[in-house]
Amino acid sequence: MTKITRDDVLHLAQLSSLQLGDTEIDGLQIDISNILGYVDQLSKLDTQGIEPTYQVTGLESVWRDDKIIDYGVSCEDLLACAPESADNQVKVPKVL
Amino acid sequence: MTNISDIQLQIKNTSARAVVENSIKLAKANSEYNALLNLTEERALLRADKIDAGLIGGRLAGVPFVVKDNFLAFGAPTTAASKMLETFNTPLQATAVEKLEAEGAICIGKANLDAFAHGGSTENSAFGPTKNAIDQTKVAGGSSGGSAVVTALDIVPFALGTDTGGSIRQPASFNGVVGVKPTYGTVSRYGVVAMANSTDTIGVLTSAVADAELVMSIMSGEDERDMTTLPDFFKIEPCAKSNQNIGLIKDFMAEGVDPEVRASINKYVDKLRADGHTVTEVDLPMVEYALAIYYIIVPAEISSNLARYDGIRYGSRAGGIKTLAELYGQTRDQGFVTENKRRIMIGSYVLSSGFFDAYYLQAQKARTLLINEFNELFKTYDALIGPVAPTTAFNLGENTTDPVKMYLNDIMTVPASLVGLPAISVPVGVSSLGMPIGVQIIGPRQSDASLLALAKSEELK
Repeated sequence: MTKITRDDVLHLAQLSSLQLGDTEIDGLQIDISNILGYVDQLSKLDTQGIEPTYQVTGLESVWRDDKIIDYGVSCEDLLACAPESADNQVKVPKVL
Repeated sequence: MTNISDIQLQIKNTSARAVVENSIKLAKANSEYNALLNLTEERALLRADKIDAGLIGGRLAGVPFVVKDNFLAFGAPTTAASKMLETFNTPLQATAVEKLEAEGAICIGKANLDAFAHGGSTENSAFGPTKNAIDQTKVAGGSSGGSAVVTALDIVPFALGTDTGGSIRQPASFNGVVGVKPTYGTVSRYGVVAMANSTDTIGVLTSAVADAELVMSIMSGEDERDMTTLPDFFKIEPCAKSNQNIGLIKDFMAEGVDPEVRASINKYVDKLRADGHTVTEVDLPMVEYALAIYYIIVPAEISSNLARYDGIRYGSRAGGIKTLAELYGQTRDQGFVTENKRRIMIGSYVLSSGFFDAYYLQAQKARTLLINEFNELFKTYDALIGPVAPTTAFNLGENTTDPVKMYLNDIMTVPASLVGLPAISVPVGVSSLGMPIGVQIIGPRQSDASLLALAKSEELK
């Protein structure tokens, strides 16, 4: 049984860019332990010499012509989706 | 049940506007089900007037429909049932919606779902659960719960859904409607909120099989904006092939499955046999592992896909923050429901160094074994059948405290998803309490039209 500690949860939250509230951390610790406990059953399966399947269509490197497609969407339309914008740019808090 | 042909007759006798108005009226009268998050009333009526004026035509001219609210569509926000996208108004539409609009269909509203389609009961919606169309104390199923309920309540003759691990088939079964999860790559996913790229599909929920055939034939085909789409192979088959060889999946008919569900499936088997088909029990031992494979691969893909919700380019942004890290962390904490976070974090875990081989790689290898088993069976069998879910619709709140218990409900739908196979859910009976039961028909890749033809031939009897 995979045991997930509170520190594990905080580490996973950090990897996932989630600033969790205290009450949620406790619940997630139990849930994640239980879910990993369930999927752990795969470890007993013999997969020696089996190739992984990452996608099912068998398609590989689908190419298209290097031409600009008009999606009918303007720069203004896209900027209007951003929570904050100024001077025709998306606005974010100071990074450094 | 209202079919597309009934609606077309109503349009002929009255007008597209009258039909759309009636549909919207029904939607409002049934608001207690919480099946719709937003109506697109103004745009729908504008389009209806254009159809009545002869400016727009097509095979679905004036026919109202609903889209699950993870499809980008004009006229209302696309929320994915999340706080993250509560006010997101799309500047573009999904290819599937565009194709239906090009045939004159009219979108009247956006259906409730589990937030970001993470769930199997629509209880993970940030805007409250959808109630089952037959019994309001039961779940609608999910994640396309709203789409199933608006179809079952005859608000619209069809609704679009997405199916990543059963999200069309299971709610279809729970509400007594037809649900189609096509072969992976059949319908373009451009303009649909991504969940798990290797299993996400787009399909439809309808009252009648023939309507599902029509809608699928319109939506199918290659799209250069979704490089996983296949060249259009979907051709409606007027009648089913006779003397089919059908496998009944024994592993889906075991002890733990509700006896009433099993009885309904067995009755369907009798019907198929009476019609000259051969039905034999088959073993699929790898399905025992399918759920574990699914709950490794899908969260991994989710954790990657949902990284885009950063509060920068679109969607909501947390207030009162100072640093960029805080902006990400707070926005994502507030914008996601717990199930979203659970899956993102499981994904981060199975993809992290040290655990990658044991979980993610092992799951992808196990997936190959599952695919091999299906391929072997399809050398002999035209189709495989079994239940859609182990039970009928469960009670609201029954499984919300235990995610593993909730996930177990997907045990019969995830195998076809992991393999990319077409699978449909068709109503076959009701329980002693009147709750609908569906049969699942699974076929080899690109046999979608044959599966529907078989279902249609049995539907009439």
